[in-house]
Amino acid sequence: MTRVAWLVAGKDLRIEARSRVLLWQVLPFGVIALLLSGLALGPTHAGNSTAGPGLFYLVTLFVALLMINRSQALENAPGTRASVATLGLDPAGVFLGKALALTVELWITGLVLLGGSVLVLHTSLIGTVHALPSVLVTLAALAAAGTLYGALTQGGDGPATLLPVLTLPAFAPLLIAGERSYSAALHGGALWEWWVIVVVALVAYTAVGILLYGVLEES
Amino acid sequence: MPGDQAVVRLVNAVVLSKGFPLLSGVNLEVDRGSLSVVTGANGAGKTSLLRLLAGLDSLTSGEGMVAGVNLNGGDLRLLRRRVGWLGHEGSFYADLSARENLEFAARALERPADEVGSALERVGLTHRVDTTTKQLSAGQRRRLGLAWLLVRRPELWLLDEPYASLDDAGRTFFDQLLREVVAAGATVVISAHDPLRSGGISPQHFHMVGGRMRTT
Repeated sequence: MTRVAWLVAGKDLRIEARSRVLLWQVLPFGVIALLLSGLALGPTHAGNSTAGPGLFYLVTLFVALLMINRSQALENAPGTRASVATLGLDPAGVFLGKALALTVELWITGLVLLGGSVLVLHTSLIGTVHALPSVLVTLAALAAAGTLYGALTQGGDGPATLLPVLTLPAFAPLLIAGERSYSAALHGGALWEWWVIVVVALVAYTAVGILLYGVLEES
Repeated sequence: MPGDQAVVRLVNAVVLSKGFPLLSGVNLEVDRGSLSVVTGANGAGKTSLLRLLAGLDSLTSGEGMVAGVNLNGGDLRLLRRRVGWLGHEGSFYADLSARENLEFAARALERPADEVGSALERVGLTHRVDTTTKQLSAGQRRRLGLAWLLVRRPELWLLDEPYASLDDAGRTFFDQLLREVVAAGATVVISAHDPLRSGGISPQHFHMVGGRMRTT
C-alpha cells in the first residue's frame, strides 16, 4: 500500500509540475478571490475584521474544489482509466497517493493564501504563524475527504458539478473547525480544542478512504 | 479446470449498460497461445467484448471464465492484472513523457527499470522517450501502447483496433510482434473492422453482429 501511495503521489505531483495548472490557473484564481474579498470588506474593516479566517477558508474551499476535480480528471482521460486498471494497483494505496499529492498542492496554495491574507486582509502575521499547524492539518483533512468524494462524483457517470453539493456535509465541520482554530490563533481562545477536531476528522476520512476507495472505483 | 486449454470461455454472456444490451448472449472459446480476431461493424460489440474479457465491465448474465477467473463473482482485480489492454483511445497520462509513463507501469508491476528502455527501443521510440505523450502522433502513441504491453507481459493480450493510426512500417512491425508473442505462449484477442492480414499465423476469426457472435 505504501509503495503504491508513493508511486501515485509522485506521478500526480510530476503531472502537476509539468502541466503547471496549479501555478498558472489555480493560484491566480485564489489570489484574485482573496483580493476581491479584501475589497468587499473595504479599507476601514479589513484590518479590524474578524472575517479574515472565514474568508481565507472560503477561498481555500473554492480552490480545493478545482484541485479535487483536477486530481480525479487525471485518471479519467480516455483510455487511461482502463489501462491503469489493468495494472491492478492497490486501491488503498491509490487513495493515499492521490490524497497525499492533493495535500501537498493544497499546502502550497494555503501558504500563498495565508501570505495573501496578511497582505490583503491585514490578519496578524504572528497569529497567522500560530495558526499554521491547524491550517496544514485542516488542508490535509480537506484533501482526504476531497479525494474520497472526488472518486464518488467522477468514478462513474456522476457529473463533476455534484462535487460541491456532495462534499458540503463533509467539508462544513472541517471549515468551521479550521476557521475557529485560525480565529483563536489570531484573537485568543480555545485553539487546541478545534485543532483536535480536525485531527480526528483527518484520521477518520483517511481510514474511510483506505477502506472504501476500491468500492468507489468499481462503482 | 486443470489442464484446460481455453483461456477464454463465455457461455451466453450478456452485458447490459443502463438497460441497453452491449452483448446479447455471446458464446466464445479461445485457446491458450492462440491468435483470435473479432470483426464486425461499428457498434457490433467488439469493444464491449474485450472490456468484458479484461474485467473492466461486469457480466450481467450467462457464464464466463477468463484467465482462470470466474466472471461471476470472481476476483476481477486479479483478472485485470493478468490481461493487457490496448484501447483505441490511448492509454497514458498525457502530461508524462513516454519514458515516465512506462516507468510508472514498470514500478507498479515491480518490474526492472531497464525493461522500459528495451521496450521503447523495441517499438522504435528511442528518439521520443522524453516527449510528453500528448505531443506524440497517434501512431507513436499506438507504438507506446505496445511498449506498455511489452513491459507488462500479460498472459492475455486484448487489443482494440490495434492497426488504427499505424503506417505500413508500423503494421509490419506489429505483425512481427504478434507472431513472437503468440510463439512465446501468450494469447491474443484483437478487434478489427476487417479480417487480419497478418502473415505467418492462422488466426481464429469471429464475427459479431448486434452484440452476438458468429463464427466464421
